[in-house]
Amino acid sequence: MELCDKSIIELRQMLDDKQISSVELTKYYLDRINQIDPKIESYITVCEESALASAAKADSRIAKGEAATLTGIPISIKDNMCTEGIRTTCGSKILGDFVPPYNATAVNKLLAEDVVILGKVSMDEFAMGGSTQTSYYKKTKNPYDLTRVPGGSSGGSAASVAAKLAVAALGSDTGGSVRQPASFCGITGMKPTYGTVSRYGLVAFASSFDQIGPLAHSAKDCASLLDTISGHDPFDGTSANKKMNFTSKLGQNIKGLKLALPKEFFEEGIDSEVRIAVLKAVEEYKKMGAEIVEVSMPSLKYAIAAYYLIASAEASSNLARYDGIKFGYCSPSAKTYQERIQRSRSEGFGDEVKRRILLGTYALSSGYYDAYYKKALYVQQKIKAEYKNIFDTCDAIITPTAPTTAYKIGEIEGDSVKMYLADICTVTVNIAGLPAVSTTCGYNAIGMPIGMSVVGKAFDDATVLQIADAFEVNFKSINPRL
Amino acid sequence: MAKYVVVIGLEIHAQLLTNTKIFCSCEVDFGGEQNTRCCPVCTGFPGTLPVLNQTVVRYAIRAGVALNCEFNRYSKIDRKNYFYPDLPKAYQISQFDLPLCIEGKVKIDTGEEEKFIRVNRIHIEEDAGKLVHDDIDNISLADYNRCGVPLIEIVSEPDMSSSEEAKAYIEKVTGLLQYAGVSLCKMEEGSLRADVNVSLKLPEATKLGTKVEIKNLNSLKSIVRSIEYEIERQTKMLNTGEEIIQETRRFNDNRGVTVSMRSKEDAHDYRYFKDPDIIPVQITDEDIDAIRKELPMLIDERFDLYVKEYGLGISEAKILVANKEISDLYNGAISSYANYKAVANFIVGDLLRYVNEGELDSKNIPFTALEFADLIKMSEEEVVNKNNAKAIFKIMLEGKKSPLQIAKEEGFLMNDSVDEVEEVVTSVVSEFTAEVEGYLAGKEKLFGFLMGQCSKKLAGRANPKTIKEILEQKLAALK
Repeated sequence: MELCDKSIIELRQMLDDKQISSVELTKYYLDRINQIDPKIESYITVCEESALASAAKADSRIAKGEAATLTGIPISIKDNMCTEGIRTTCGSKILGDFVPPYNATAVNKLLAEDVVILGKVSMDEFAMGGSTQTSYYKKTKNPYDLTRVPGGSSGGSAASVAAKLAVAALGSDTGGSVRQPASFCGITGMKPTYGTVSRYGLVAFASSFDQIGPLAHSAKDCASLLDTISGHDPFDGTSANKKMNFTSKLGQNIKGLKLALPKEFFEEGIDSEVRIAVLKAVEEYKKMGAEIVEVSMPSLKYAIAAYYLIASAEASSNLARYDGIKFGYCSPSAKTYQERIQRSRSEGFGDEVKRRILLGTYALSSGYYDAYYKKALYVQQKIKAEYKNIFDTCDAIITPTAPTTAYKIGEIEGDSVKMYLADICTVTVNIAGLPAVSTTCGYNAIGMPIGMSVVGKAFDDATVLQIADAFEVNFKSINPRL
Repeated sequence: MAKYVVVIGLEIHAQLLTNTKIFCSCEVDFGGEQNTRCCPVCTGFPGTLPVLNQTVVRYAIRAGVALNCEFNRYSKIDRKNYFYPDLPKAYQISQFDLPLCIEGKVKIDTGEEEKFIRVNRIHIEEDAGKLVHDDIDNISLADYNRCGVPLIEIVSEPDMSSSEEAKAYIEKVTGLLQYAGVSLCKMEEGSLRADVNVSLKLPEATKLGTKVEIKNLNSLKSIVRSIEYEIERQTKMLNTGEEIIQETRRFNDNRGVTVSMRSKEDAHDYRYFKDPDIIPVQITDEDIDAIRKELPMLIDERFDLYVKEYGLGISEAKILVANKEISDLYNGAISSYANYKAVANFIVGDLLRYVNEGELDSKNIPFTALEFADLIKMSEEEVVNKNNAKAIFKIMLEGKKSPLQIAKEEGFLMNDSVDEVEEVVTSVVSEFTAEVEGYLAGKEKLFGFLMGQCSKKLAGRANPKTIKEILEQKLAALK
């Protein structure tokens, strides 16, 4: 077993036992990034200097016997989380030279434990997309097949972990942006309950859905990361005031748990290899003593429309601040205020971002608000009610994470509707604010990973992780060949 | 010529008296070096989030209580989207369809009659920054210090029918906000601004006429002048058969006219929607009761008390309640010396003169209500004479001395020790022999002169009655 195959728990042991120092571990990963990332293109910014400084700090903390769970562990951060003194691009030209004077709360929590931040990884522009091909900087490749997408929008996070260019990563999930790339890259990714991880310093896309979440090689590692980055934040008014323990149920028997399979998630549109792999995993759960219940979520057919209306409406407002005046890209040819806004935005935003700004602006405009935005909010209430209904009798829900495995670069990105429909398995979780973890449950005929999602009740994140972990311990994962 | 009915509605924006801004911990203060009172949150940097200052909610509810409002138990915060360089997020956080306070009413008095003006709503919102235009370099600079300063917007129903009523309404509302302790309402510092809606209609018309909005008025004078100008302009237009178009106008203070800014067709579509960053405010009856208890007795109640219970005149009572600090001083003074009339007279006749001349700041009165009561008591009980009481008051304005201490030091205390008076009378009688002889010879007028001489020497320390008695005795003895 190579060093890069070790879990966080194993690395913790090695660091604490002084078998390796954090500086050595960090250099090892920096070397891997130098060698392998030119093929993967996951990192937008590699922070060699600050990473080594953090590692040295971690080592002295370890020497004093004061190490926390993640002290000295090298990870990557999606480039939409603000890092003080390190440019934060959000994958967009419009934020090209933006160096925040503050850290995101999640980043602060990592730094407080002396976690090593190797760098900032690529993403779809403003987290809008499922392929990481809309990034203005690095169009990341899937480590299992470099001609395929890593998923997105946290494709840089997923690929950097799958290619072992970081022990773990932070991503963000607005409609599946952690879970879907985790699924495409054969790793584990979790979107915790809305409000669990502070959004302060996370560049906003759709505020009522955005959540930061971990990507790692196991549910256990994800749980460790969540224990570190979660918690109430006075700087985020939507942050939950709840004490959560993500590792508390790991390893507990799942016997007797009721797992729901909403039939709409296994119907037409879901690739048969994906469906079969997920149903096979469900059989494993049955063997472990879980009870399987078929349920229904009739409003699923409205979910994509509702999601894209609400998310785009919020995005149209959230992204209005990029005007070329205070920070970021400013069109050099602009002379008047009007020109400055128009040209900076026209030249600074990519097509997908513009499409969603237009869609969202339209949905909120007078005369259309009732027909679109208001109706979408109504669907949101329906979906929440349907979830509640299921959770009245069940402990968790199992679905595929994505209808397909990773597709070829250029295969569907040109077709927006197709791209949007591919989010069908993940968006309802964001619409309802629930916790969900994606873990690998198999590989298709050509060796691409297949993801399965476990969805839980709000703030019952520990159960979701318990269920994913129960499957993982008996599952043999296959490393990408690089 | 047709006689039109004037219909006026007002939107008042008042800055709340919080220490920090509405969504961040930046200090709120007037002035200050440009862009020094702002942070990543109020300048809308990427990833930053607004966190609602709970004092803003409390103060808005206080304002609602003061303006007799009802409250939305579930009140949400919305975004008002528009691009303007003084608005760094390109949306203003405000409230759209569920404001904190609704359905209030305010009693106004224009001297002729009392009238109630209905308040449609009070909502909370953030202020925008300021643009500084540099005509020499032909550039505009943004100052974000004011971004995120908490405001309440008070929207009236179109219940006013003259500039006088509008003025009375603003004065009453600002008075109530000051009483509630939620705003300084200083127009000159920009802590109070108003938008005015004016329309005209024929008396028999059931529908309101087309309204014109005049934006951003920042003095009472310009509000009154702009309304009067607009009434005149619209009357002329209607009389000549011109159609009034719905538009937003701006008041040019120098020329005293309103000019068009934009018509209805150019009006913004603000694309209001619930701000997903801020959890809606839930208000309980207990919250409202607790806030009600924080408030002092307000203007109308005090006025009634002064007139009905204390027997003050209407104009006196009006003057006293016009300024909360003065009314508080009055209440404090009468609680120690219950001579309602005398205390009121001294305030109206003397104290307010200093206030009006800027020699006394009613917000920083340098003596206590108790000391003030002592002074009036001393004057009323002739411990000092009336003129000296005024002199003592002037000294009280300067420093920390009590009226008694001042009276002692200045020798203003009435001295009824007969010895001193006798001594003085004896000396006057021996000094002014010619006048004494004249008096004894029958020139009774000279008694007054001799009295005056005695008083002068006693410098107001003695009761004139005592002086008179002793002088009479002395002169009688000489007959």
